[in-house]
Amino acid sequence: MRELTCTAVSAAVRQLCIDANYHLPPDVEARICACRAAEPWPLAQATLATIEENLEIARKGVFPICQDTGMACVFLEVGQEVHFTGGSLTDAVNEGVRQGYADGYLRKSIVDDPLFDRKNTGDNTPAVIHTELVPGDGLKITVAPKGFGSENMCRTRMLKPSDGVEGLRRFVLEAVEQAGPNPCPPLVIGVGVGGNFETVALLAKKAMLRPADAAHPDPRYAALEQELLAAVNALGIGPAGYGGQTTALSLHIASAPTHIAGMPAAVSICCHVARHKEAVL
Amino acid sequence: MIELHTPLTAEKLKDLRAGDRVLLSGTVYTARDAAHKRMLEQLDRGEPLPFDLQDATIYFVGPTPTKPGERFGSGGPTTSGRMDRYSPALLDLGLRAMIGKGKRDDAVKAAVVRNGAVYFGAIGGAAAVIAACVQSCEVIAYPDLGPEAVRRLEIENMELTVILDPVGGDLYETGRAAYLQAAGK
Repeated sequence: MRELTCTAVSAAVRQLCIDANYHLPPDVEARICACRAAEPWPLAQATLATIEENLEIARKGVFPICQDTGMACVFLEVGQEVHFTGGSLTDAVNEGVRQGYADGYLRKSIVDDPLFDRKNTGDNTPAVIHTELVPGDGLKITVAPKGFGSENMCRTRMLKPSDGVEGLRRFVLEAVEQAGPNPCPPLVIGVGVGGNFETVALLAKKAMLRPADAAHPDPRYAALEQELLAAVNALGIGPAGYGGQTTALSLHIASAPTHIAGMPAAVSICCHVARHKEAVL
Repeated sequence: MIELHTPLTAEKLKDLRAGDRVLLSGTVYTARDAAHKRMLEQLDRGEPLPFDLQDATIYFVGPTPTKPGERFGSGGPTTSGRMDRYSPALLDLGLRAMIGKGKRDDAVKAAVVRNGAVYFGAIGGAAAVIAACVQSCEVIAYPDLGPEAVRRLEIENMELTVILDPVGGDLYETGRAAYLQAAGK
């Protein structure tokens, strides 16, 4: 049994919230640079250059990359031999978010009640927390702030087994087509397939967080990732939706066992500001 | 680049076409979902709005808090489509330009043409670049809304692209079509 204090968890979450909003992961930035170099359309090149310039300014630590500093989505991989001391783990994560969004001058974008009051909670809490028990005595924290321009364009659909690969392809292309310019392309796309209604969206979001160059371990899925990325980029939506080759930077698929009667699918769409930072305690 | 200065009259905007790139300077007002809802409620009650709509420009944005010693926080555009149900009424009352990102519905497109107005696009997610062109920022209404309060911004050379123009052009259709044609797809 290893003891971890809630204070240490809060401090880590605080720093991850700030870092994630000022520094884009290097793999995402490298994809933006590579796509600009390969982009044949002048207005699209200019838009990608502005996006790169924006990252340069943000990393100086004064202006966050995007004004929508997101809903704080926090993934916890908790070693089953860890014992948290000094309070509740959920409270510790929310305290870290509270401190990070205050000290980092990040926007507070959470409302308490979704339907009636819609009153801003003022400190960007509560966070969305996903906790997974894993072997060992460590704690891995991933903070992935996500803006709602792109979150609003995500989709889930209960496909039928007979829909097959073609049905999944149609669903992904339809989601990107309908989103058009709204989610701030170029996009980072995660596709989930399998599981059930409530797990498939999480699968898609986890696929979205994979490193840009990490292909699916199954070569059939890896080939489908390449094919779908090419099909998305053939749509011509382009950076900011002004037209061009670069509609998406990357596309990953995550799959899971499912029921004989179904093939749940989800498309998680993120803008080019695909933020996430990790720490291990 | 076409240089424009507020207030934007229909006369100044009449030759703009979808895809034109513009450097805008002058005064713009920030408003997004909650502020639009309140403004329309005020109009329903016959109350005056927080600013004069005639030839005004609204920027759909909710900025990050301004750091000490800075003039503004990060402030890129939010998705404009959420304001579609409010924009036509404001355009008919004199609003002449909107700055945002993303698709607008047919009612907004018709109101833009009807009023000789323009919908400009700023690059979503390029919020730190946009901050550099803001010279001053003052909350003028609804401070309880926090990031959604109405602010008066003085801007200098804000880089924008015309999305919807006064003659019905839409860059989201024509820009993509032009690229696809050039690419032979």
